[in-house]
Amino acid sequence: MSGSPDAVIRIEQLYKEYLTDAGPVPVLKDVSVTVEPGEFVAVMGPSGSGKSTFMNILGCLDVATSGRYVLNGRDVGMLGSDELAHLRNQVIGFVFQGFNLLPRANLEDNVGLPLIYRGVARSERLDHAREMLAKVGLGAYNRSRPNQISGGQQQRVAIARALVNRPKLILADEPTGNLDTATSKEVMALFTELNERDGITIVLVTHESDIAANAHRLVRLTDGRVIYDGPIQHAAPEHLEATS
Amino acid sequence: MTAAMLAEAWVAMGANRLRTFLTMLGMVIGVGAVILMLAIGQGAQQQVEASIASMGSNLFIILSGSTTSGGLRMGGGAAPTLTLADAQAIGELPSVAAAAPSSPGTAQLVYGPNNWSTQIMGTTPSFLAVRDWKLAAGFPFTDSDIRSATRVALLGKTVVTNLFGDEDPVGKTLRIKNSPYMVLGVLAAKGQSLDGRDQDDTVIIPVTTAQRKLFGTRFVGTVRFIMVQADSADAMPAVERSINQLLRQRHRLREGADDDFSVRNLTALANTAAETAQVMSLMLGAIASVSLLVGGIGIMNIMLVSVTERTREIGIRMAIGARGKDILLQFLLEAIIISVIGCLIGVVLGVGGALTVNQLSGMTIVITPESIVMAFAVAAAVGIFFGWYPARKAAAMKPIDALRYQ
Repeated sequence: MSGSPDAVIRIEQLYKEYLTDAGPVPVLKDVSVTVEPGEFVAVMGPSGSGKSTFMNILGCLDVATSGRYVLNGRDVGMLGSDELAHLRNQVIGFVFQGFNLLPRANLEDNVGLPLIYRGVARSERLDHAREMLAKVGLGAYNRSRPNQISGGQQQRVAIARALVNRPKLILADEPTGNLDTATSKEVMALFTELNERDGITIVLVTHESDIAANAHRLVRLTDGRVIYDGPIQHAAPEHLEATS
Repeated sequence: MTAAMLAEAWVAMGANRLRTFLTMLGMVIGVGAVILMLAIGQGAQQQVEASIASMGSNLFIILSGSTTSGGLRMGGGAAPTLTLADAQAIGELPSVAAAAPSSPGTAQLVYGPNNWSTQIMGTTPSFLAVRDWKLAAGFPFTDSDIRSATRVALLGKTVVTNLFGDEDPVGKTLRIKNSPYMVLGVLAAKGQSLDGRDQDDTVIIPVTTAQRKLFGTRFVGTVRFIMVQADSADAMPAVERSINQLLRQRHRLREGADDDFSVRNLTALANTAAETAQVMSLMLGAIASVSLLVGGIGIMNIMLVSVTERTREIGIRMAIGARGKDILLQFLLEAIIISVIGCLIGVVLGVGGALTVNQLSGMTIVITPESIVMAFAVAAAVGIFFGWYPARKAAAMKPIDALRYQ
């Protein structure tokens, strides 16, 4: 077993199968990964390699078939759904490819949403939300609705929402998948800043090598197995390709 | 937390105003119908009870038996077997509040240029007590008027209107069959009886005056019927038995001989009418409740659609830390708000509708605070009951399935 006892993520021999009509289909096979505090990890792999499933399990949205997952010192397999919700609320910040903002709510309400489930009062909630919007450079748009701003701006709102509970870990699933090159760079600069200045641990799924290049470490999944795990500079070129 | 949830529910309801309004309409109509139907039902019940009370309570009517004359059988009440003395004896029985002998007839009344034909009731002062009849003006005649058979009269409201118009009749003299009678008093209005007769179209005069001076009798001192009032409803069976015994004795009927009179309990009839009204009131309420149920099913239907539509939103909320019970509460609150607001509007419309019915048709309506409280409680219960299943369904979703839903 590798890694220090205060690792943010420790996954040991994780298996995941989906049950289909044709019988169980294995998606993750014997995955063991440890992420230390302050790391910036890119997860790559072709479609069907199991990287989305891997992220969902990391995010406590889905559960593994077997194996152990310790998040921030807590064994996720032992927790009930309310405690999982609590972990998602307090420890993890999610950033999705499709932004996943609530279309009817304005930006400050969207960003303040996680605080509702922590029982924070409205005025304090809005203060925090405005602070986070200012941090991602959208202080002027507090009252706008998601459909009134650009995709890059929406993704920054989603990042502000992920940050509002001051999480240890940000999980980003293809955060630049819906963005053009210029806005992608802006968003990645924001992730880099959060990692370097605030020391937030980031795990990012992508299929673009130049996006992955922002990270320090690469985990390459193929066919449900980890085929490379190490510094991104030492990775073989084929490990940085979208398909292989 | 709950304040935030309420605000969110409000926003969600505002997002699809027409749908929210239509869902609410089910509750509005349900609650409005319940309030309106209860108001009308209870109004009808109260009206029947008022008619019954106007007849007097705990009453018996004693009619003389039939008689056969030359092979012709006359109807009940034709035999001249009941007398003033019988009435007096019955009045002295235990548990009897009053007994009023009555000799009715019809005659033409004249006052100035006006004339009017009406029913004239010859009776004693206790008649007013038995019928629970008050005077609107003047004073009643007394036992001394009975003894001396004076020509005095108490007039019903309808008679006053037809003969005197706006004039005050008390102290005036009118003519009944060409004899002068002094008006002592005016009877308080009683309205229609249960069988639709105008109870105010009547004149009351001393029984002796009616017998000796106005109508005459074949046998001196006989009366058509005697009205008897018992002290209480409980005493009625005992009173009925003792009247039977007393009259058989006084009429010297042998063992086994048929009664030459009959005692009828008027309260039994009144109770039947009251029960009928109550059943009708309940039935109206029950029919209206069905529309409340339909409204509730409407809420459930819309909430189910809403949960499906907002699956992705549920997934997002779960991903950022909403627990199952947070989601449950959110949807439940939405259902409850819809039903409670619908109920409020329904109460306003129901009360307004009831008042309109009262204005337009003059029907008695009764709106009790209980019926409004009940409508409210039912609306909240309907919201919880029919909101529970959709909310439960939303809360039980797996975060990953909800998030992936397209």
